[in-house]
Amino acid sequence: MNFGYFPGCSLLGSAREFDESLHAVARALDIHLQEIPDWNCCGSTAAHNLSRLLALALPARILALAEKAGLNEVLVPCSACYSRLIMARHELIQDEALRSQVSELIEMEFKGTARVLNILEALTKVFAEPQAIKLAKPFERKVACYYGCLLVRPAKVVNFDRPEDPQSMDALMKKIGATPIDWPHKVECCGAGLNISRTDLVCKLSGKIIDTAEKRGAEALIVACPMCHANLDMRRAEIEKYMGRNYSLPVLYITQAIGLALGIDEKELGLQRHLVPVVFAEKTRPQAEPAQAQPGQPSEKAED
Amino acid sequence: MSEVHEHSHSSCETLADLVLQNTRQSVAKCYQCAKCSAGCPLALEMDYAPSQLLHMVQLGLPNFDERALKSLTIWLCLACESCAARCPKEVELPKIMDFLRQESLRRGLAHPKAKNIIAFHKAFLDSVENLGRLYEIGMIADYKARNPKSALQDILTAPKMFTRGKLKLLPHLMKGRSQVKKIFTRTKRKGKP
Repeated sequence: MNFGYFPGCSLLGSAREFDESLHAVARALDIHLQEIPDWNCCGSTAAHNLSRLLALALPARILALAEKAGLNEVLVPCSACYSRLIMARHELIQDEALRSQVSELIEMEFKGTARVLNILEALTKVFAEPQAIKLAKPFERKVACYYGCLLVRPAKVVNFDRPEDPQSMDALMKKIGATPIDWPHKVECCGAGLNISRTDLVCKLSGKIIDTAEKRGAEALIVACPMCHANLDMRRAEIEKYMGRNYSLPVLYITQAIGLALGIDEKELGLQRHLVPVVFAEKTRPQAEPAQAQPGQPSEKAED
Repeated sequence: MSEVHEHSHSSCETLADLVLQNTRQSVAKCYQCAKCSAGCPLALEMDYAPSQLLHMVQLGLPNFDERALKSLTIWLCLACESCAARCPKEVELPKIMDFLRQESLRRGLAHPKAKNIIAFHKAFLDSVENLGRLYEIGMIADYKARNPKSALQDILTAPKMFTRGKLKLLPHLMKGRSQVKKIFTRTKRKGKP
């Protein structure tokens, strides 16, 4: 399977393990990622907060480059970038005057031929392929699927999954052997771009997410966004201080969870880069628990 | 503020008019059910809940327009899209918030407590303007220069990031840097957001 690829700035820096794990999974599953040549930053939260035109022009340049390279589908793993690209594309396709104004700004023609895919969409496509995907080490863990706010919204623009109770990540997790928990915070915001400027608010919002996931029995939080990861993993010490208790719940990019199930080496998936150590409790298999043997039906082990 | 924008409107227009022209969102549609405020993750931190802010704009009175533009609410909005996902009248409040932020800066009315947030956005864009891509260390330095009180923030986190290979010392240099810079210059000149 082939996808155009827009890594975005975070995946080259603070979220490099998302890029590493995506590439590792892609190698294992024979997915070819063709990077958009000489891409620029999408402008992120900053651009749409301060300048509408910039928030359209920066993604337009990226998409115009993708079109020039002949890419019809561009995978954008970072959900913040994904949101900016798909929103800009949506607005520009609808408004011809705006489209020509922006094309002039970027000195390139934007046609809107390149579609934008988020990581869940792309992985759903991959896992829908008829040939079976071999799981070397099924990821038999209880997981809290955390979609964040931008992957499934606005529903009319992303046209993907459900805006309040999305299912695609849950379905993917089941396919690799995990058990998604029911919980209320699938799409509650983590504090997003306030990580540095208002860390206190991030602690409040992300604290609630981690607390609920852990109380509901999750062994890992699964994310698909570098900003979510930065808030939930990198800010863990501040969150623990704010909440007045400690949490051991690791935060994994979805590609890391899938990579583990495929039997890819932890280092290749960049697990060592997390601030919250990725360690799981030893799995206790039912048959390995002689204490649970029923009285009256003595198992061989119990008789020993 | 530092950005120069031409005004495409006369002073007699209300903020609601400008919102309609620039975002195609009609605040008149809102019937104040307050679902946006109920779902907003930061409503409790805001000076006006999202529905209250929208109400102020609905009134179409100069003093309320100004209060909306001076509010902290517009800067705390995370653009998480919860409000828009739940609005029965399909008012796209995040688009309105984007416009109000830009208008607030243009008129020099930004809330003093939003200083950090605005400094961060500007530092981010400075980095992209100069390098075409975000250079995380450069952006943090820029942010700290704009907001000296934050000088000591994260000095314990940064080394942990560095040892894990998450902070790159040098920026990625893309070829089209000058093209990106041009986009910024032209956008500023073009004015209208």
